[in-house]
Amino acid sequence: MSDRIETSPFSEDGFSPAALAKGAFLVLVVVFVLTPLVATVLGGFKSLGELRVNPFGLPWEWEWENYAGILGSRRYWRLLMNSTIIATLTVATTLVVASMAAFVFAHIKFFGSAMLLNYLTMGLLFPAATAILPLFIKVRDLGLLDTYFGVILPQVAFSLAMSILLLRRFFKDLPDELLEAALVDGSSYANFFRYVTIPLSRPILATVGTITFVHSWNAYLIPLVMLNSDSLYPWPLGVMVYQGEYSTEWHLVLAFITLTIMPTVLLFFFAQKHIVAGLTAGAVKG
Amino acid sequence: MTALVLFLPPALLLFTLFVVLPIGEAAWYSGFNWNGFGSPTRWVGFDNYRFVFENKAFFTAIRNNLLIIAVSLLVQLPLALTLAIMLADRFRGAVALRMVFFLPYILAEIATGLIFSYVYDGDYGLLAAVYRWFDAEAPHLLASRTTAFPAILVVIVWKYFGFHMMLYIAALQAMDRNIVEAARIDGASRWQVLRYIVIPTLYPTIRLSVFFAIVGSLQLFDLVMPLTRGGPADSSHTMVSFLYNFGVMRMRVGFGSAVGVILFIICVTFAFTYKRWFMRNE
Repeated sequence: MSDRIETSPFSEDGFSPAALAKGAFLVLVVVFVLTPLVATVLGGFKSLGELRVNPFGLPWEWEWENYAGILGSRRYWRLLMNSTIIATLTVATTLVVASMAAFVFAHIKFFGSAMLLNYLTMGLLFPAATAILPLFIKVRDLGLLDTYFGVILPQVAFSLAMSILLLRRFFKDLPDELLEAALVDGSSYANFFRYVTIPLSRPILATVGTITFVHSWNAYLIPLVMLNSDSLYPWPLGVMVYQGEYSTEWHLVLAFITLTIMPTVLLFFFAQKHIVAGLTAGAVKG
Repeated sequence: MTALVLFLPPALLLFTLFVVLPIGEAAWYSGFNWNGFGSPTRWVGFDNYRFVFENKAFFTAIRNNLLIIAVSLLVQLPLALTLAIMLADRFRGAVALRMVFFLPYILAEIATGLIFSYVYDGDYGLLAAVYRWFDAEAPHLLASRTTAFPAILVVIVWKYFGFHMMLYIAALQAMDRNIVEAARIDGASRWQVLRYIVIPTLYPTIRLSVFFAIVGSLQLFDLVMPLTRGGPADSSHTMVSFLYNFGVMRMRVGFGSAVGVILFIICVTFAFTYKRWFMRNE
């Protein structure tokens, strides 16, 4: 790619006024984005008294016990474990259920198949919040209230529409000759799905998995409505409870926030390409 | 054909049970005065809808949702577009800057809300510290009816502009650079290239970005809870936080379902008309 020809009128070379203005603007936005985050992480290292007089700077006294206390508590690990269980099972169930359905819609035409696909696509049109009360009653009547599955199954159901669309498009783009050859050789659809489609579809499975995982990991409304026991809470509910209990002790709240967002931030730094591509591609193609 | 018989039912069952039936039941329950226990018996017709429309907080919520859309279009979108154009070209640090700007998008709304409830705190917050530099009394932004929702709007821009920026960057990178090159050789200035080539190529992405901004506004809930819970005096509700506060919290199933049905109609009508009018060819 010829990088010499830029699309941007801002990319003047050297120290022209335009280049300086661009630099200043970028610095301003970086400060706007990072200040709250950096202050949160550093705030967790301060004492409450210092936080009040020195909110921006490095800590004068590094109070490691704020973080150590939380890391040594069962409460913190419990929250992470609950979130991990809920998000992992949501992703696994979504991938299995959605890829099977997408396979049928990609390869098999039958009476009403287009209509059924449209039916499932309706899920893109409205958020779970619109039906949250009947959803609560349904989950309660099924005896799933205050269980992991009371959260997982609705999350899977609401992620199906976009997942099926993304997977179906990818499956359709795989060469038809593969399926024809396999069927001629006497392979069943099910075996073709298991041994050819799925191994060839790792990129799209990673995309769908990433979108579903981030949504589930960060989700608040459905767990809030479906769970009553602290012991089952995922971290967004847990951090709200913690803030409620320690509302006057901001240094502890900041440390707790930092530690709960740390998994997301670490994951982002190690898999940023995947995550950015997944979340934007998913949005564009869904 | 075993594939057909076994592969489709799980998706159809889950979707029907947890997505389609609840929205249908919302329409049914909205005709009752019901606290969720036993079965609904006190049929009240359209009273719940009347109560919704007689509720001043509901109109505040609608106004707030419209404000989110306005800020998304007037502040967030131009900001995202400008940054995308600046960062689409490769220069040292461009990729790192993109990642920094995208970071807020993947943080949970709850964490973001709590971080900003600290930023805005009138005693310990960052904003209060800035006021103290000037020996001024720090305002409690989230505790005032006039400033609570504008404060939330700032958080919304902070959290979501990076996502829209990435959409634009993806589109810019897919763009045919030969056209730009040809225009430059023919003597077009950088600004002319931007105005007459780059921006027009981005129109489909801009329409998509507007779509997401509006859908996002209609769904916004998680950010409101840690910041204000809709207060003070119900001044900072969105439609979903209104539904949660007046329907779910008080287990007024009929009333909450009526709000849900109204929200459903708004979402579906919007999605259909927008796709028909603005995204027909995409």
